[in-house]
Amino acid sequence: MLRLPSFTYRQPRSVREAVAAKTDAGADGMYVAGGTDLYPNMKRRHQEPRTVISLMGIRELTGCEMRDAGCVVGANTSLTDLAAHPAIRRKYSAVAHAAELVSTPLLRNMGTLGGNLCLDTRCNYYNQTYEWRKAIDFCMKKDGAICWVAPSSPRCWAVSSSDVAPVAVAIGAEFLLVGPGGERMVPAARLYQNDGINYLAKHPDEILVEVRLPPPDGWDAVYRKLRRRGSFDFPVLGVAAWVRWDDAVVADARIVLGGVASQPLEVPEAGAALRGEHLSDERIAAAAESAYRPAKPLDNTDFDLSWRKQMTRVYVKGALDELRNRRGR
Amino acid sequence: MAAGKRKATERRKDGKGIQDTSMGPPAVPSFRRIGKAFRKVDATAKVTGVTKFADDLFLPRMLFAKVLRSTQPHARIRRIDVSRALALDGVHAVLTGRDLPIPFGILPVSQDEHALALDKVRFVGDPVAAVAARSEEIATAALDLIVVEYEPLAAIASAEDAVETPDPRIHDYGHGGNLHKVVSLEFGDVERGFAEADLVREDLLFFEGSTHLPMEQHAAVADWSPDRKLTLWSSTQTPHYVHRALAQVLELPPARIRVIATPNGGAFGGKSDPFSHEIVVAKLAMVTGRPVKITLTREEVFYCHRGRHPTLMWVKTGVKRDGAITAMHFRSLLDGGAYGSYGVASTYYTGALQTVTYHIPRYKFQGARAFTNKPPCGPKRGHGTPQPRFALEVHLDKIAEQLGLDPAELRLRHLVPPDSVTANYLRVGSIGLGDCIRKVVDGSGWKDHFRKLPFGQGVGLACSSYLTGAGLPVYWNDMPHSGVQLKCDRGGGVTVFCGSTEIGQGSDSVLAIIVAEVLGLDPFDVAVVAADTDLTPVDLGSYSSRVTLMTGNAAIQAAERARDILARYAGERLGVSAVRVRFADGRVCDAADPTRAISFAEAVQLAEAAQGTVGTMGSYTPPRSPASGRYRGAGVGPSPAYSYSAAVAEVVVEPDTGIVRVPRIWIAHDVGRCINAAAVIGQIEGSVYMGLGEALMEEMPYRANRHVVHKIPSLLEYKSPTTLEMCDVVTYIVEHPDPNGPFGAKEAGQGPLLPVMPAVANAVYDAVGVRVDEVPITPEKVLKALKRKAKGEPPRYGPTSFPAIPWPEPTYVPPPWEDVDTIATASRHR
Repeated sequence: MLRLPSFTYRQPRSVREAVAAKTDAGADGMYVAGGTDLYPNMKRRHQEPRTVISLMGIRELTGCEMRDAGCVVGANTSLTDLAAHPAIRRKYSAVAHAAELVSTPLLRNMGTLGGNLCLDTRCNYYNQTYEWRKAIDFCMKKDGAICWVAPSSPRCWAVSSSDVAPVAVAIGAEFLLVGPGGERMVPAARLYQNDGINYLAKHPDEILVEVRLPPPDGWDAVYRKLRRRGSFDFPVLGVAAWVRWDDAVVADARIVLGGVASQPLEVPEAGAALRGEHLSDERIAAAAESAYRPAKPLDNTDFDLSWRKQMTRVYVKGALDELRNRRGR
Repeated sequence: MAAGKRKATERRKDGKGIQDTSMGPPAVPSFRRIGKAFRKVDATAKVTGVTKFADDLFLPRMLFAKVLRSTQPHARIRRIDVSRALALDGVHAVLTGRDLPIPFGILPVSQDEHALALDKVRFVGDPVAAVAARSEEIATAALDLIVVEYEPLAAIASAEDAVETPDPRIHDYGHGGNLHKVVSLEFGDVERGFAEADLVREDLLFFEGSTHLPMEQHAAVADWSPDRKLTLWSSTQTPHYVHRALAQVLELPPARIRVIATPNGGAFGGKSDPFSHEIVVAKLAMVTGRPVKITLTREEVFYCHRGRHPTLMWVKTGVKRDGAITAMHFRSLLDGGAYGSYGVASTYYTGALQTVTYHIPRYKFQGARAFTNKPPCGPKRGHGTPQPRFALEVHLDKIAEQLGLDPAELRLRHLVPPDSVTANYLRVGSIGLGDCIRKVVDGSGWKDHFRKLPFGQGVGLACSSYLTGAGLPVYWNDMPHSGVQLKCDRGGGVTVFCGSTEIGQGSDSVLAIIVAEVLGLDPFDVAVVAADTDLTPVDLGSYSSRVTLMTGNAAIQAAERARDILARYAGERLGVSAVRVRFADGRVCDAADPTRAISFAEAVQLAEAAQGTVGTMGSYTPPRSPASGRYRGAGVGPSPAYSYSAAVAEVVVEPDTGIVRVPRIWIAHDVGRCINAAAVIGQIEGSVYMGLGEALMEEMPYRANRHVVHKIPSLLEYKSPTTLEMCDVVTYIVEHPDPNGPFGAKEAGQGPLLPVMPAVANAVYDAVGVRVDEVPITPEKVLKALKRKAKGEPPRYGPTSFPAIPWPEPTYVPPPWEDVDTIATASRHR
């Protein structure tokens, strides 16, 4: 069977201890939370940390608290707990829904909110064993120099495959990062970069400590996920749609696509197509058309890429229909 | 029991609410055990995690093996340097092809595999070298230290490629070029048949390759004892064939080799070849003098493969206005992958069973199997028959529409009669297909739904047949296919020894239930010792749906012989003749006065005192087929009995995405006689599950421009349905006992898979009016066909041409009704 490589495992009790442990370990150290992303990757030698620093024993990273300024969720909150949390389900149903759609019940029990937000980008040239990658020669994301899905490309096209990240970007969540230099708040959209290798604007030493969800004051959001099967699969397309209502008129809107780029991809034209308008069939179609154009799936996930692109229209339309129906209720 | 007496038993999916719907007088007297729903005898251990699979075995001082596999799809090996691997601390041995130079292969005609590549590699994943080390981690590290220099050769990525590219040859044997096998047979003059037809239709269809995906990855442990005896524990379906391969490659007398098949955590045909890793651990144990274990990774299981052959098919059929077939010409092109495996048989199977469902008076079959630089294809559940069955049943659906006939009606009108011989000389015994069709038609409300549902919803019907055991073994011999030894213990216990292998299909349970039925015992009191070449008589293995019929008949014979011995001495004690002695509920009694009885244990003690240890034997050899010796290839297709299935699939198709969902499938299966109702229903539902995967999503894609690597060799990315995609299944068990089956039983493990794919394809057409003439029926294909339809183009997605293959002149065989020598015999049976 596939074996994990040997590594030193550390279990700090506080964020400070964890950051110190990471500083000690240097570039050979990595944080791990639920491990549902890192450990399988380590078996395939995508990451080869000599020291793995577990965040699971750190109490500061747990909890979910409603404040006036919104909701603060600890990064270690399991996806199962997040999806089941009454306040999240009530006030942030898109977050709960996205969390509920991640992988399988077993993996949601272990997988965390922070882990899903920092999920390694995926590509079916990359998510293969060491031997497989060796057979076609390694790609630039690990051990090689080429991007096999786009051989003339200077950058890696691995795909952002998080379900929660597009929702976090769409609703304007913020992340608290703590590192050796102290702490900083980062808007969700600013955490992600459209590069399959450097997909996070987070220093490897920094820990994503908490997620701050904006107060639920007159906006609504939904998330739709396309995948082959009703469980288990990563998204080949995720659509997070956010609308701030001014009575029956869309005061502001954001459409964010997952699974079509190396980051959650906001499509400003789609939001603009809705702004100041009623959510009419015509406006919805216009927004869907705007979202369709920049979606550029490549042949590195499940399904035919042209079909995936076509589905952008259908799924954006579906998300906006859902928002309209929720408004109507 | 007379065949043809009709009795259908309908059961709900949950096995409750058993309802007798006899359509005639009961065919047999009541059974005590046969037909009841039993928990499998090994079920509790399995569901509680206690069963010891091959990977659960740990022997003292055991080493761990890993296999280095080819990174090239097609290349000569220039040089292998293992010195750095050997020098690594903890490494005990490294093997290369030179250590195991003798070739092997499951079929005598395809001895084309080496345990480790000798001079050439043929696909990415082909075994090249092997390491035994103190730990799996060390063995893995050692693999990276082995240097292999390759001289790359042009790679062949598809069967069409292989037809066009005779050089370089992947193997230096076969039909020529990169064609492994070419078959051309004609039973009656098909051109004459087409001339007599009112309608002649041609269709092209494609069936994508898929793999077995057993939950358990292959594993094996070998031990070489100081007295020079080799023991191999392996998750194999065919311990007897592994035994033979080990003897051949290791050059050991078979008497020095013991093969024990551990319980298989699923197999589905994927564990029925002798494999490189089995030979490698055996050799490593011999070299190191220590036990050696290997457990394959999931990726390596994809490389072992032996799954469904991707098959391109062309079919031309002539029919009369009422749907009666006048002639059929069928062509198949199979993508065999890099080795022979069962491929010669697979090729014949793509042409063999077309004839056993609807009467085909003249039939021509041409099939070709190509070598390609991909993991070898072989037998997956249904072995070579799901592809042509898919083609045939979709083709018939189109014919029915052109003729303006209900497809169920068309099929019902032209069924093969029971007790008949087909154009290609297959003897059909009982056939319950008519009842199967009627069951699913009634149960699904077919007549109210077909062509009457709103756009986006549809129903489709398809039928199938499968063999109950191959009529011939994989190597030519006159010996029985299955043997059973039975021992009665003076404590009242009975032990059954048989070479058959439990792969989750319930073979141990079938043995226990059959013996319990004959000897009047509780099946859970019967001990089953199976699949151990030192302890058990040969059974050829758990493949071709042969076990229930063949070991079942052998078990009946052994049990009846034991019953006769015990009846004699029990009769003496009870003062009645042996024929008046009955066995029931653990007692042996006077049939005329059941209160006069002794216990089963007392009966054994009486017999043992009188004549010594009570042990008997039974064996089974299939009847000689009328096809036998009549034409080359006549060994593939004959079976003691054929099972039949019919299914109706209900689908919902989303027109804007092309996504197909299958809410429900109604399936009726003629199992001849149901021995364990729980297991039969389980096999039918499992078949539907597997068929649904092949219908909707499963495929083995390779990247032709990237060393022909398998695109997705993982459980995550190789898509098979989850419980969320699984449909509701309404199962009808139909029982048309076959005189050749044990108590009339036929198979249930493979046949019910076959109608699922064409039923879904036909239902998609009913729902949205487009034909997807290939599986899997993925959303992109449906959407493409819908767009073509919207543009006024032919509303179809599927293959458009069949490559020009230089078919040899067909072997002409007159069908039974045209052959003067057999007319007399054939007519007696029609």
